Amino acid sequence: MKALHKLIEERVKPNFTGEGKLKRFWVVFDALETFLFTPGHTTKKGVHVRDGIDLKRTMFLVIVAMVPALLFGTWNIGHQYYLSLGEITTADPWNAMLLDKLIVGAIKVVPLIVVSYATGLGIEFVIAGMNGHAINEGFLVSGMLIPLIMPVDVPLWMVAVATAFAVLIAKEVFGGTGMNILNVALTARAFLFFAYPKQMSGEIWIHDVMASKAGGVLADGYTGATALGHLANTVGQPVSGEVSNGVMAMFADGGMFSLMNCFIGTIPGSVAETSALAALIGAAILIWTGIGSWRIISSFIVGGLVMGVIFNALGLNAYMTIGPVHQIVMGGFMFGAVFMATDPVSAAQTNTGKWVYGFLGGFFSIMIRVFNPAYPEGVMMAILFMNVMAPTIDHYVIEANIRRREKRLAASAAVA
Amino acid sequence: MSTETTTAVEKKESLFSKKNRKLLTDPLDDSNPITVQVLGICSALAITVQVQQAVIMSLAVLFVMIGGNVIVSLMRNIIPDRIRIIVQLVVIASLVIIVDEVLKAYSPDISEKLSVFVGLIITNCIIMGRLEAFALGNKPGPSMLDAVGNAMGYAWILLAVALVREVFGSGAISFPGFGQVKFLPEGWFYANGGFYENNNLMILPPMALITVGVIIWIQRARNRSLIEEN
Repeated sequence: MKALHKLIEERVKPNFTGEGKLKRFWVVFDALETFLFTPGHTTKKGVHVRDGIDLKRTMFLVIVAMVPALLFGTWNIGHQYYLSLGEITTADPWNAMLLDKLIVGAIKVVPLIVVSYATGLGIEFVIAGMNGHAINEGFLVSGMLIPLIMPVDVPLWMVAVATAFAVLIAKEVFGGTGMNILNVALTARAFLFFAYPKQMSGEIWIHDVMASKAGGVLADGYTGATALGHLANTVGQPVSGEVSNGVMAMFADGGMFSLMNCFIGTIPGSVAETSALAALIGAAILIWTGIGSWRIISSFIVGGLVMGVIFNALGLNAYMTIGPVHQIVMGGFMFGAVFMATDPVSAAQTNTGKWVYGFLGGFFSIMIRVFNPAYPEGVMMAILFMNVMAPTIDHYVIEANIRRREKRLAASAAVA
Repeated sequence: MSTETTTAVEKKESLFSKKNRKLLTDPLDDSNPITVQVLGICSALAITVQVQQAVIMSLAVLFVMIGGNVIVSLMRNIIPDRIRIIVQLVVIASLVIIVDEVLKAYSPDISEKLSVFVGLIITNCIIMGRLEAFALGNKPGPSMLDAVGNAMGYAWILLAVALVREVFGSGAISFPGFGQVKFLPEGWFYANGGFYENNNLMILPPMALITVGVIIWIQRARNRSLIEEN
């Protein structure tokens, strides 16, 4: 390893620095070199003892935390595909046709990841080259999050357009990594949600479900709609009407969207959002390494639970009667709480602010999804909304702190 | 806002002297009412879904601006200073009513689409601003040039935004008298088994804001004199 590093330092690097032949591509070289080797930067002033963890390694740990969700999502795409064809049933063990499932999943997921990274990093490289600064690592995580929150059958060019929009308008316009107001990955999804509503809702959550349906090979009773999509149908219906009872049967024990299935994640949905379990494993990794804020994750979940309890008490339609725990394991709630709300750039910065930010995020997520069936994925809206509110929350937290200390000062001055 | 003041030039100045030509060209770029002064934004965001709306709106603003600037400039010496805003408002409002009635009479469907925004020309800051800043202190000739320049500066931004929004949002440009120009074969659309889909976000108001923002971005990248020092 040392010899390799030496080789690169002595033979490759001079091409890119100073008057080297490839100096125009210095940003590319620098990005790759600091990614692969710990950079030899030393502090110039101030504190000299520093943690070895820099932005690149932080980002990399977040990606590690996403791996369980990614692997499960890949498996689940294949699982849902073969379920829709009727080749397996929900009674089969999880490892039936394991390889086939993973292959189907990989065929769908790998192109999504490639397109997302190619578009996003391409733009980052061009902008870094234009402005003459080193490439920021911010896109490492965004580029992975974007494919994970896409519907399985979304056209790839739409992913590219959305990624380009998010990187340019949500990030580079504000000054690049660390300056963005909105979460980049969620901006990409929100863009798709509003720009191409037909491709972002309906029967797109399962690989090839439309073609299978047209060919008449779809298993009986399999529609491919998500849990939230089914539940949205109950809004405006009487609590125990025909429609509501039909939908609620799927959410009872043994149904397709039973509490257990929603928790494990063997239900249709975006690539990696379905499994609350995988998201919780990711949360454990993030909290253990100290990268994700446990305050945000836990208050986000509490916020969702509180709203769920309030809805239970109201019970105006079947959607509201779903248990609070069931509510928060459905859809992208857990994935959003763990990977989206904790984005250190767009979240609140103060500790008190983080509690408020997380709580309201979870609270609004459930509220939006139940009140407005047109926006089944309330988590996305809620987190983007809270991203916008985060600076305001921080402002009031800091103001309160200043007032408290002024009062203390006045009190101690009075005593003296 | 322009810092033009009454110039006490006694000698006869040609209408298209260098200074007067600048009145025409300045608002197109360096002091564009929308992208630099950020005036008249509401209408620019609201009626740029279709090119035809933008064209009609631009013509309406052009008419009201020329009329307003020339009339106020003619009356500039007899308008009492204290009630000048009300006088300006009366002039603009009368002109807007004329535009509105003409639109209703000759193209009711466009009038319907523009709805309240024709009436709101009265409150368009660009027009009020030019009357205050220019027409009150200048002769009718230069005032007319100033009006044309500013209306054009408003119009080209409107047209640019509308073009982007209609092409990507509707996939075709329709204009009365010219029919509909389609840019893509029907077979490319999802509904017909293709791969393309119109961008619905383009039709929604936020995209107008973003498009104007991108135009400002491009303009500032080209014209460095616009970038503030801080």
